[in-house]
Order: sequence, then C-alpha cells, then structure tokens
Amino acid sequence: MNLASLQADLWTVAPELWLLGVGLLTLLLDLVVPAGRKAAVGLTAVVGLVLALIPTSSMVLWQPRTVLFGTYAVDGFAVFLKIIAIVTTILVILSATDSMGRQTRFEGEFYALLVFTALGLMLMAASTDLILLALSIEYVSLTSYVLAGFLKGNPKSNEAGIKYFLFGATASAVMFYGFSLVYGLTGTTNLYQIAQRLSAAPVPALYLAVALMLAGFGFKISMVPFHQWTPDVYEGAPTPVAAFLSVGSKAAGFAALVRVLVVTLDPSRVNWVLLIAVLSAASMTLGNLLALPQRNIKRMLAYSSISHAGFLLIGVAAFRGDFGTPGVLVYLLGYTFTQLGAFFVATLIGSQLGTDEIPDYAGLARRAPVLALLMAVFMLSLTGLPPTSVFLGKFYVLAAAIDNGLLWLAVVGIINSVISLYYYAGVIRAMYIMPAASEAPLAEPAGLQVALGVTGLGTLIMGIYPQPLIDLARSAAVLLRL
Amino acid sequence: MLSLIIFLPLVGGIIILFTSKTNETLLKGIALGASLASFVLSLFMTALFKIGGGFQFLELGNWIPSLGIHYHLGVDGLSLPLIVLTALLSLLSVAYSWRIELRLKEYLFLFLLLETGMLGVFAALDFFLFYIFWEITLVPMYFLIGIWGGPRKEYAAIKFFLYTLVGSLAMLLAILVMYFNAQPHTFNMLTLIEQQPLAAKPVLAALAFWGFFLSFAIKVPMWPFHTWLPDAHVEAPTAGSVILAGVLLKMGTYGFVRVSLPMLPEAFRIYAPAVAVLALLGIVYGALVAMAQTDLKKLVAYSSVNHMGYVMLGVASAAAAAGIPEKAVAAATALNGAVFEMVAHGVITGALFLIVGVLYDFRAHTRGVDEFGGLGARLPMYTGITMVAMLASLGLPGLMGFVAEFFIFVGSFGIFPYLTVVAVTGVIFTAAMFLWTIQRIFLGPFNERWAGLPDMDTREKISLVPLAVLMVIFGLYPRPLLDVINAAMTTLVAMVR
Repeated sequence: MNLASLQADLWTVAPELWLLGVGLLTLLLDLVVPAGRKAAVGLTAVVGLVLALIPTSSMVLWQPRTVLFGTYAVDGFAVFLKIIAIVTTILVILSATDSMGRQTRFEGEFYALLVFTALGLMLMAASTDLILLALSIEYVSLTSYVLAGFLKGNPKSNEAGIKYFLFGATASAVMFYGFSLVYGLTGTTNLYQIAQRLSAAPVPALYLAVALMLAGFGFKISMVPFHQWTPDVYEGAPTPVAAFLSVGSKAAGFAALVRVLVVTLDPSRVNWVLLIAVLSAASMTLGNLLALPQRNIKRMLAYSSISHAGFLLIGVAAFRGDFGTPGVLVYLLGYTFTQLGAFFVATLIGSQLGTDEIPDYAGLARRAPVLALLMAVFMLSLTGLPPTSVFLGKFYVLAAAIDNGLLWLAVVGIINSVISLYYYAGVIRAMYIMPAASEAPLAEPAGLQVALGVTGLGTLIMGIYPQPLIDLARSAAVLLRL
Repeated sequence: MLSLIIFLPLVGGIIILFTSKTNETLLKGIALGASLASFVLSLFMTALFKIGGGFQFLELGNWIPSLGIHYHLGVDGLSLPLIVLTALLSLLSVAYSWRIELRLKEYLFLFLLLETGMLGVFAALDFFLFYIFWEITLVPMYFLIGIWGGPRKEYAAIKFFLYTLVGSLAMLLAILVMYFNAQPHTFNMLTLIEQQPLAAKPVLAALAFWGFFLSFAIKVPMWPFHTWLPDAHVEAPTAGSVILAGVLLKMGTYGFVRVSLPMLPEAFRIYAPAVAVLALLGIVYGALVAMAQTDLKKLVAYSSVNHMGYVMLGVASAAAAAGIPEKAVAAATALNGAVFEMVAHGVITGALFLIVGVLYDFRAHTRGVDEFGGLGARLPMYTGITMVAMLASLGLPGLMGFVAEFFIFVGSFGIFPYLTVVAVTGVIFTAAMFLWTIQRIFLGPFNERWAGLPDMDTREKISLVPLAVLMVIFGLYPRPLLDVINAAMTTLVAMVR
C-alpha cells in the first residue's frame, strides 16, 4: 500500500479521528473550566459531536469498500449505525448536563468518557476484522463499566459497575474463544475471507464457534440468556448512562452481530436462522413477563429493552428479502428515539422528585402536561401503536418474518406486543388516571427540554412520514454484503 | 373533501391543545365547531353522492412509495352512511358533553382525535392507512374510559385496550399475508379485491381469514369475545358509550363486509356456518342476559351484543351464498339488512345510552331499573323519546330497527333457514326485555324518591330529538338510505360471484 492510498483511507475515517480530537479536547477543557460551570464542557462535546455528523452523513451514499488493509468497512450500514451512535451521545449529554453536576464532582470526565465510548461504538459498527472487532468491543465495554459505576458514593452504582464488569469480562472471554475457533478453522481474521473459506470447515466446530460468539454479542444486546445484568445495571447506573447503554451499546452490538452472521456465515451450512429465531422468541417472552411486575421505571425499561432485543432479532433471523436488515435498521433508529425519550423523562423525574418508582408518577399530567404527553407517546410507541417510530420498526420486522416464512415468530411477536401494553399502560395510568400527590409544577432544565423535544419529534415524524428514512435504510442494507 | 371531513376534527383538537384550559367556553366552541363542520361537509358529500357510482370522492397520493403504501381514500354506499352516522353521533356527543367539568381540555381533544380515527377507518382504501386509523381509535377510548369513567374505570379501560389490541395485531399479520401474496406487493384494498391473491392458497387464506376474524369479531363483539363490552360500556362516560356502541362496534362489522367478504370469499364461505352459529349464540345469549340485568346501562350494553348478532347473521348468510347465483338475491337482501342494521343500531343504541345518561349523569345518579317506577307521568318528554328508542330497538314496525331486522331475516332465511328460525325467537326475548324495562321504569306506582326530577333540558333535547326523528323517518320511509346501501351491496355480491 502506497502513501497516497493510505492518505485516502485516513480521510474515510475522518469522523473517528475528529471524535478522538473532541474527546481529548473535552478532557483538556475539564482541567481549566472551574467547578460549577462544567456544563460548558458538555456543551463543547455536543458541538463537536454535531460537527462530526457532517462528514459522517456525507458518507451515506459512498461506494462501499473496506479500508486500512481490509479491516474497516465504509458502507451505508456502518454509516447508518455511526449516525445512531453520534445522535445518541449528543442527546444523552444534553440530558445529563443538569443532573450529573449535582451528583458528582467529575462531571467533565463523564462527558469525555461518553465521547470516547461513541468512538468505540463507531469502530464496532464498521469493523470487518475479528481482531479489530474484539478490540472495539473491549474498548466500549471498558468505558461502559466506568460509566455504569460513575457515582462513586452510591452503592447501587458501584454494584452496577462491578456486576457489569464481571458479566462483561466473562462474555468477552467466551466470545474471543469463539473468534479463535473461527480463526483456527479458516486461517484468517478478515470477515470477507472467512466467508469464502468457511465452506471447507467442519460443521460441528462451526456450531460451537457460533454459539460462543453469540454469548458476547448476546451480552451486548441483552439477549436471553445473557440478559441478567441488564436490570441491575440500568437501575444502579446514572439514568443517562442507562439510556446510553440501552440504545448505543445495543445498536453497536446489533451491527456487529448482523455483520458477522449475515456476511460471514452461510445459513445453508450453519442453521443460525432457527437458533436466532428461538432466542428471539425467548428474549421477547421472558423480557416481557419479567417487566410485568416491575415498579421501578428503570428496571421496567431494562426488561422491556430485553424484549425489544428479541423483536430486533426477528429482523436478523428473517434477513432474506427486502425487509429483514432494513427492518433492523429502521427499528434501531425508531427505538433509539423512543427509548431515549423514555429514559430522559425518567432522568427528569429522578432528579426533580428523587424517585424512580412508577407510582410516584401519579398526576404527572397535571404537574407537567407536556412531559406527560411525551411520555405517553413514548410508551405507546414502545407498545408499537401507530403512528410512531417503533410501530414502523415492528411493522418492518413482522413483515420480514412473514416474508421469510417465519409466521410462528410473528405470532409470538404480536402476543408479546399485547403483553407489553399492560406495563406500558401502567405508566400512562399513573400519569393520567391516578391523583396527583401535589400540584406543584415541575422544573424542566433546558438541556433536557431540547433532548426531549428531539426524541419526541423523532418518534412522531418517523411514524408519520418515514419515506426518507426507509430509503436510507434500504440503501444501507443493500450495501452491506459488498 | 373527504380529507377535510376526516381531519377537521383533529385540527380542532390540536387548536384546543394550544388554547388556555381556563377558557372553557372557547374550548367547547372549538370542539363543537370542528365536529359541526365535519358533519355539515359529510351531508354535503351525501348530496353530491351518485347512487350506484362505485367508489367516489377518491383521493390518491403517494405516502411511502417504496413499500407501495398510498394515502388512498374513497366512499361507496357502504361507507357513506357510516361516515354520516359517525359525524352525527360525534356532534351530538360533543353537544351532550357540555357539562363535563373535569379536565375538559383533554376530554375534548381526545374526543376529536377519536372522531378522526373513526371517520378514517370508514374512508381508508389502503390497508396500511386503514390499520393506522383503526389503531388511532384505541388510545382516546382508553383515556375516555380510564379518566372519565365510572367506579371500575381502570379495569374496564385496560381490558378494552388489551382485547382490541389482540385483535388489531392479528389483523396486522393478516394484512401482511395479503400483501406478500399479491403480485406486485400492494396494500391497495381495491386491487386486493380484484386480484384475490389468496384464492389458490386455501391454507394461507384460512389463516388470513381467522386473523381478520379475530380482529373484527372482538370489535363487533361476537360471542364469545364480547366480555370486554359490558365492562367498557358500563364504565365509560355517557358520550363514550354512545360512540362505543354507535360507531366503534360498526368498525368490526364494516371490516367483515369490506374486507373478509370480498377479499377472502372462499374462506369465508367455508367458515360461514361457524360464524352464523356464533352470531346466533350472540343473539340469544345477549337477549337472555340483558333480560336479567337490573342496571340500565348494562341492559343496553347486552342488547348491543344481541343486535350485532343480527348483523353478523346477515353477513354470514351472504358469505355462505357466495358464488351461488340462485342465492344472490337472498345474499344481497341479507347484506342490505345487515348494513341497514349497522346504521339503525348506531342511531338507536346511541340514543339509548344518551337516555341512560340523562337519567344517571345529572338527575338520579342511579341506573337500577327497579329503583324507578311511574316516571311516565312526571317526565312526559323523556318518556316519549325513551319509548320510541326502545320500541325501535325491539323492532316495532314503523321504526328503524324493524326494517333492518326484516331484511336480515328474509335474506338469511333463504340461506340458513333453521338458524334463522331460532334467531327470530331472539326478537321475542328482546321485545320482552325492553317492554319489561319500560314497565318497570315508566309505569306502575310513582316512586316518591324521584319527586323533584326535572324533565329534559334544551341541551339534552338537542342531542336526542334528532335521533328519535331519524328512527321514525327511516322506519316509515327507508328508501333513500336503502337505495344507497343496496347499490353497493349488489355490486359486492356480483363481484364475489
């Protein structure tokens, strides 16, 4: 490789390099900005992230290719997920500017960590080499452990950090063992070369490798049976971090999962479709049933995020045809807006009322009408009622299931949607039907208002006019297979 | 124009959201104005409607072209009466709700949103659009029952929501099955009717049929999916019950006639006897249980189960006769009766729930049938209108209900003679139930507890008198309405053949 092509390669990773710079700048700024005004650090990070959107989104329609010695993909799929990662980080920082300052002295570091995690998520989404994939997953995991345990004085946050670390380390180790098996079978770490050479590999070893790798991906996306950490970590971690983990990590995990399964493993050799379908049904059902009795909003959202992982897996299992992979992308983006929005409401209530219990949401419709309306929209969207973004995602993956002949999975999906209505409606019931404990209006910090506005609009606009997004997701999914 | 009719209420609702909640007169004015405008436009559309002209006032625009989803609206002789009925009942309900004080702003917004959803269901000709409107009706109804309902409102609201969501999601799957079997893939309902994509695939057709069946049968509601209905009707506020009984139930039967019958005629023909038996069970069961009620609202609710059974008997008969030329006349007659009953039941039961509300909401605050007596002498106006509505409901000749039931029985007798004979006995139970109710409330010795009860005021008269007049007009001279319906149903039966 000559110098000129290396230079061209570096341009294609400009957004990543830019984010690296933003992260370092945030760290430096933290040193000079006095305590009490650390929100400025967060705002700088937000500006940097917004600027990173420009080069990233300009890559949407680029010719797909791999750069840096075939280890890094530049295709619509990766770009789509990079945009999700950046948007998530922007919104999460905005939502945290008010509450984090009051909970910890190390506010600036918090923002820097989020920016660095965003960089890791972008690397995860675009890696086409097992080694780079392993490194980026570890990188994201390490920063996430710190973020989950960020509130040092809070025992629950400590517990979340430790638990996340122990589970995560185990899952990663198992996954790396799977990677090493694949390497042993094919003699290469490049995903595209693996795809070609796997045809000669013995089938039982392949099944073992897939199972081991699924442990790692399953951990990242909170898929049953690797989901146990989710509720404890979401409950203990600072609420903005829980929001970040439930959306950002999940999206990047799905990116890696889809890339490895769809690009590398030919289902005619390893029947992972059935395996994923069964895991999908299990995730949806178990997540939903466990969400039913929850009273803590963060635990409820944690279990519901497990069931949404199951829904997303429908799209992975039904990847053939025009609906599966675009369905995953559409679902991920729709879910990003809605889930973030729900967590932001939880952040606001948590910092204003000091509680995460759903019964304490009583009378919210009187105290903060706009907030309650938004939360109602988010809950109905998570249930999958039109015209909202998650409805579109569910519509897409259910269509994919039927298109792929997985009618039974679609039926499991709709049964679960009905079950989920019960606990989502429980939040609406508290806000609208139960009498208010007090009539005092709630203060709404500006950063949170912006974040809530974006998520609310995103949820509704995606439901009402999804055409541009669908085109984008389609082109992104077509580019994936190279 | 159709878009205007559908979305004017929503526009009004959004304006209401941005109006101060202390200015109650303005809020009510906006709501009344929006629903009145929608109703007037729907009358105007009726005047322009050409009988026998197929689908009219079509609107077709691209919405999500990459999935073949269009913004596609149109009305024919089946949907036109239902759209006018919806606009009328919504208008009267807003007028009736004048005395709502609790959280008025939210109430009016939800009501107008509900109206948009219902109108949209009857006008949509694209399945995706149809589904969205269908779902939009769920949410406001949940809130209307849950916030402004009676003592067991929360239970009733969530039960209603869960039941109907099961149905609509089953419908979503059925719609997707249709979509993927059409070539090219399309959500256009008219194209799907033409193409019959599942005609050669009996297993998929059966699956799709039962998917739609579950959705529509829960909405109708057919026995044994009716258990949400008594709870929802009893707990809902009066205007909510009116809309629920008057319009939402019709969405189910409308679905059977609009979707199941023309799109899956083969599957429906095979399973029609089963559907007819369920309808029959609804007729008999509804009437018997209604007779045992002492709560007036519950009584009217169960009488709905009974009446919707008649509609379903008519539809099932028509389905059983699909493809048999010599039974086409009977099928058309039964369908005419069924659609006429949909409108008639909307008018009559809407009125009955208002009547219950007049007594319960602002006067007696009890609905126990046995607690009254001899009201006839004290409340002449109220008694008169109640008698008209109840007699219409039990099918007295000269009133609206009779015409509908007559056609249904004449038509279905030619197809399911034995079932029809049993169904006719249901009329006797219905008659017994209403006559007994009239006797207990209005006749007999006067219960001195109600000595101070005033008769209806102007606002209540405005909501009730038009409905009573309609019952008499269409009972004596049903032709204008029947012509509109008949043209559409004859086309439908011919198409199914």
